[in-house]
Amino acid sequence: MFKKRISLALVLLLCVGLLAGCGQKAPEEAEQPSENQVPAEEQLKIAMTTDVGGVNDQSFNQSAWEGLQRAEKELGIVANYKESKQDADYGPNMETLLDDENNLIWGIGFKMGDLVKEEAEKNPDQKYAIIDYAYDETPENLVGVVFKAEQPSFLVGYIAAKMTKTGKVGFVGGVTGNVIDGFEYGYKAGVKAANNGTEVLTQYADSFTDSAKGKAIANQMYKDGADIVFHAAGGVGDGVIEAAKEQNKFAIGVDRDQNALAPENVITSAMKRVDNAVFNMAKDLKEGKFPGGTTVVYGLKEGGVDIAPTSDKHVPADILKEVEDLKQQIINEKIVVPYNEETFNEFK
Amino acid sequence: MLDNIGFILGTTLMYATPLIFAALGGVISENSGVVNIGLEGMMTLGALMGATVGYFTGNPWLALLCAGLAGGFLALLHAIASVTFGADQIVSGIAINFLGPGIALFLSRLFFEGATMTKSINLENKIPRPLGGVFPQNSFFDLVLNQYATVYISFLLVFVIWYMLYKTKIGLRIRAVGEHPKAADTLGINIYKIRYFSVILSGIFAGFGGAAMSIAVVSNFRPTLISGQGFIALAAMIFGKWKPQGAMWACLLFGAAQGFVIFLGGTAIAISSQLLAMLPYIITLVILISFVGKSVGPAASGDPYEKGER
Repeated sequence: MFKKRISLALVLLLCVGLLAGCGQKAPEEAEQPSENQVPAEEQLKIAMTTDVGGVNDQSFNQSAWEGLQRAEKELGIVANYKESKQDADYGPNMETLLDDENNLIWGIGFKMGDLVKEEAEKNPDQKYAIIDYAYDETPENLVGVVFKAEQPSFLVGYIAAKMTKTGKVGFVGGVTGNVIDGFEYGYKAGVKAANNGTEVLTQYADSFTDSAKGKAIANQMYKDGADIVFHAAGGVGDGVIEAAKEQNKFAIGVDRDQNALAPENVITSAMKRVDNAVFNMAKDLKEGKFPGGTTVVYGLKEGGVDIAPTSDKHVPADILKEVEDLKQQIINEKIVVPYNEETFNEFK
Repeated sequence: MLDNIGFILGTTLMYATPLIFAALGGVISENSGVVNIGLEGMMTLGALMGATVGYFTGNPWLALLCAGLAGGFLALLHAIASVTFGADQIVSGIAINFLGPGIALFLSRLFFEGATMTKSINLENKIPRPLGGVFPQNSFFDLVLNQYATVYISFLLVFVIWYMLYKTKIGLRIRAVGEHPKAADTLGINIYKIRYFSVILSGIFAGFGGAAMSIAVVSNFRPTLISGQGFIALAAMIFGKWKPQGAMWACLLFGAAQGFVIFLGGTAIAISSQLLAMLPYIITLVILISFVGKSVGPAASGDPYEKGER
């Protein structure tokens, strides 16, 4: 009898858990329209599917959601999101958002690249956009948004080369590929631009999650004489920053301002402003200028990438001034930052 | 040269420690006859709990303890399902592997204003490094021995568990329950009690393993922090023939292979990083195939025990 009761209780608990888990988490702001919003029938609905990081990943998913929330406040759109817990969730999440009759559906992250294109081809009347993916042939109802990651990487590379006391700096990559290549070669070009013979140690972790490996790689780099290490490796980077903290060396963060992870050691970060991209797209859509069928490229010029605002804590003002100058040169296209091995070899 | 060897040995220890904790958990549980593939989930919850308590209290020992308790709590659920109700232990373990990260994310959002990443713990509030500053920085002995206390604790626990399993009354009972529960029952051993004890202890150890990641290897939790360690620990336990010292050696072997590969990747030798990333698994497989031979687990491992069943 006792056993039965307990099992019944457990089953009930499980059901409640399942229901709670499936329940859609609508953002609160969407519920109450504020005064400056346009009437309901004209309201744009924009939704996004996060990748496995989730909407509070302290990285680009969170950044994208912040962009949508800003659009909600300033442009009066209705924003919503679906979180993916695993790669298999992308499809179902996209379908759910399709059924919700959104005006625009975002896929956040290159992992959804093929899927979003497939969906766009299946539903030609639905508008789609994706972060970090460029297609060879983009359907008319789809926009790819990519960031010139090489540009902020160039700037942090320059800072690293100027600040190193040992003449050696490091780069830890996640998995080799187009996206991380931009970081690697932009960084190397930045180091080269400083023109003081600084050497770059490069190593890939072949993972975006193995923080122990990141720590070991960074430890080895510091042991071999590097004193500043830049990472573009997601969770692996936690280990890199930890190694910097323990050895009292410097690290450079990625995607967002990562200074909070180790305030004394993270001197700057190469940031991608996903929020600006998402916001601008909402604005374009509202003004009827949706750039369907194209790939939108965000660089320094468009305010899509930058170095972290906290950089002035550790980086001397005169170096920051030079960086500001370099920024202008990149914006004016006096410097074209390389984004892969080929362009890097041609650089200067 | 010497410092490179030091680096590989040091990395081995860092890498192996979380695995050793979890593998020990697996050893205890399976020796009592309960398969625990929920180690991964228990580690995840332990990692979150360690990072959270460590951040808010600034006391690493309390953090480690709470991580153990969190793992033990999940293990209790596993024990209720698989010991009391005789549910399939694999199924229950898989459920734990979903439940652990789920609860961890939920709690993280609760304590850190919706963030799935916890705030990082200051260096001085992490688990201490007993030999920190004894040797000059990056010298051989510094590289090998300047490790967090969790590393030393894990080796101590290997000895403790070995002693418990093979030299004490309770250890004999645990093994008897795992080999032949009916015989043990006829001799008046309370099967359920022994199994509950072992499973909960195994969860506590897995929780320690998670904390060894989140308060020693790094100083914060994020959802991908524990990705596969629980399963590698499980494999290490099987390679180690269900013995604490065997599991320890298997974990060390895996850690050493990782350390070696990271060292290779930093040298001028040009090997693609994908091939290098495979190497630890290949080395481990080859060594096990050639030297370890057949490994047979406790006879009743995986079978639920029903009193009075024929």
